[in-house]
Amino acid sequence: MNKKIDPPAIPGIPKAPTGITGLDEITGGGLPAGRPTLVCGSAGCGKTMLAMEFLVRGATQYGEPGVFMMFEESAADLTANVRSLGFDLDRLVKQKQIALDHVRIERSEIEETGEYDLEGLFIRLGHAIDSIGAKRVVLDTVEALFAGLPNHAILRAELRRLFGWLKDRGMTAIITGERGEGNAITRYGLEEYVADCVITLDHRVHEQISTRRLRVLKYRGSAHGTNEYPFLIGERGFSVLPITSLRLDHAAPTERLSTGVARLDEMLGGNGMFRGSSVLVSGSPGTGKSSLGAAFAEAACRRGERVVLFAYEESSAQVVRNMGSIGLDLAPLLKKGLLQIHASRPTLQGLEQHLLTIHDTVKAFRPAVVIIDPISNLTLERSEAEVKPTLMRLIDFFKQQQITTLFTSLTTGGSGTGTPEDSQVGVSSLMDTWLLLRNVEANGERNRMIFVLKSRGMAHSNQMREFVLSDAGIDLVDVYLGADGVLTGNARVAHAAHEHATAELRRRDHERNLLRLASRRKAIEAQIAALHAQGQAEEAEAKFTFAQDSWQETNTRQIGAAMVQRRSGGKTAEAKTKGKR
Amino acid sequence: MSKPEIIELRLYVAGQTVKSLAAFANLKRICETHLAGAYRIEVIDLRKTPALAAGDQILAVPTLVRRLPEPIKKIIGDLSNEERVLVGLDVQPAKP
Repeated sequence: MNKKIDPPAIPGIPKAPTGITGLDEITGGGLPAGRPTLVCGSAGCGKTMLAMEFLVRGATQYGEPGVFMMFEESAADLTANVRSLGFDLDRLVKQKQIALDHVRIERSEIEETGEYDLEGLFIRLGHAIDSIGAKRVVLDTVEALFAGLPNHAILRAELRRLFGWLKDRGMTAIITGERGEGNAITRYGLEEYVADCVITLDHRVHEQISTRRLRVLKYRGSAHGTNEYPFLIGERGFSVLPITSLRLDHAAPTERLSTGVARLDEMLGGNGMFRGSSVLVSGSPGTGKSSLGAAFAEAACRRGERVVLFAYEESSAQVVRNMGSIGLDLAPLLKKGLLQIHASRPTLQGLEQHLLTIHDTVKAFRPAVVIIDPISNLTLERSEAEVKPTLMRLIDFFKQQQITTLFTSLTTGGSGTGTPEDSQVGVSSLMDTWLLLRNVEANGERNRMIFVLKSRGMAHSNQMREFVLSDAGIDLVDVYLGADGVLTGNARVAHAAHEHATAELRRRDHERNLLRLASRRKAIEAQIAALHAQGQAEEAEAKFTFAQDSWQETNTRQIGAAMVQRRSGGKTAEAKTKGKR
Repeated sequence: MSKPEIIELRLYVAGQTVKSLAAFANLKRICETHLAGAYRIEVIDLRKTPALAAGDQILAVPTLVRRLPEPIKKIIGDLSNEERVLVGLDVQPAKP
């Protein structure tokens, strides 16, 4: 899918830009200049429209006037038909930007006898080219000649000559052709003569939804995208998707945006999502996907950014009313012109057409945030292989414009055999952030849970939160993880009450313990004081005993000394000792 | 349709080619033979007046256009087959 297309700048054969959205990207710059290109496809597949737009854009945007030679429709019919694409052929003809020539050939009024050639056609074409100085030519559908002219041998020789002649004159030409039976590219083998570039168009109906596809079958001397590309014929003409280029080179801003739910921002690394990133919110019915989308929209509007909400399930009024019930007042934002709600039925048109509408709206309104609710409805009837490249282009387009996008997606796998994750694998790999909303059924109630399954480039929470919608808006609440599993809703509330009660009890217990401790400390302190007093008493006792002992000793010594004195006849020592006592 | 009205013919050619000269010669002969006096031929060389090609829806040359009486009939080629030219012009062959 991501085949890299050579940029138009590479040297190679000169190219004439078609001005058709997407086609110039696929062909690397346009059709081969000065050569004929064959555009073929079945009836009603848009050959004429492509050819006409090539001519009109050439005349108006690239200064290359063109001749439109038609073999089937009349000029008046064609003018009327392309007016619906906004091309005013009458004016362009008057300004000599475009010349129309209707070649009508009626088999019934033509008799053939003898030799002839188609010089008349050459002269007409040459005259038309000269009259406006044309650089581009469209022959639509030259095969009609096969029905009108019986001698195919002459016709083939003349067509070969015609294409050679166009090349000699340096005309960038589109020759349209009907698709042939089976594998034939064209019914009359025109590809034999126009060998430079062949583009096939296809119109299929799958599950009642039609898709047009374009493929560059061959482009001599140039690289080109070889895939089948969906294309559309819209109000602004022909558009080949990719509307954007197939390169993967968009900028990656580091600015973060709030999701509108503070707790969710917290889960996404604390700051919300990156600007220009894509967010997928998937979940089973009634899990709050749309509400989350609306909250995001409202938050962006409050920042003064423009937001487009594509609603594929509810009408605009319904969205406003329903979001009012969770405290998101969108009406004033609509009035202020910050918010646009585009509501349409997904089955109204094919995926590609929806994408074009999205594309056109975004180009016109230039929003900072786009919300698509839900994307799963757009992709219902299509196989994943088909949807993925288309969505990739859409996401690419948003990223290139640095538009932050939020897609909601309805999952159906939750209750069945698969997990919700399974049903979104195709799209989710394209997303930067993937939030999963899930209903958890327990204790007779359903509660919404939100998970961040992935979020590129940021540390994000691995926990689930309970997603609570109330008239105050959206809030995320921590769930209780316990022995009984995850508790949500009333069980969570009951558990919270229980925890509160337990905490209260514990607090009182603590207080009691503290009190007891305090009294014990007092008792101990008293005890310490008593012991201290006892110690002092014992010390005093000890001192007394010591003093007594030392007095007795002194006394004994003095008595001893007195006795020595007395024995020696002195009186002083005896008097002293007596006085002391 | 007893008395044939004037048949108005236009022969579109592109230059003096072998085919155009042959066509003119053949036409002249056929008209003289079968429509003596009741025809008018106008030869238009598209090389000189290319703008006229669109008016009568000319693609092939030579092309003979019967402009009158209506409806318009066209015969392409060098008119070498007299029988087919008469059928194409819706003219009864003159009795020899």
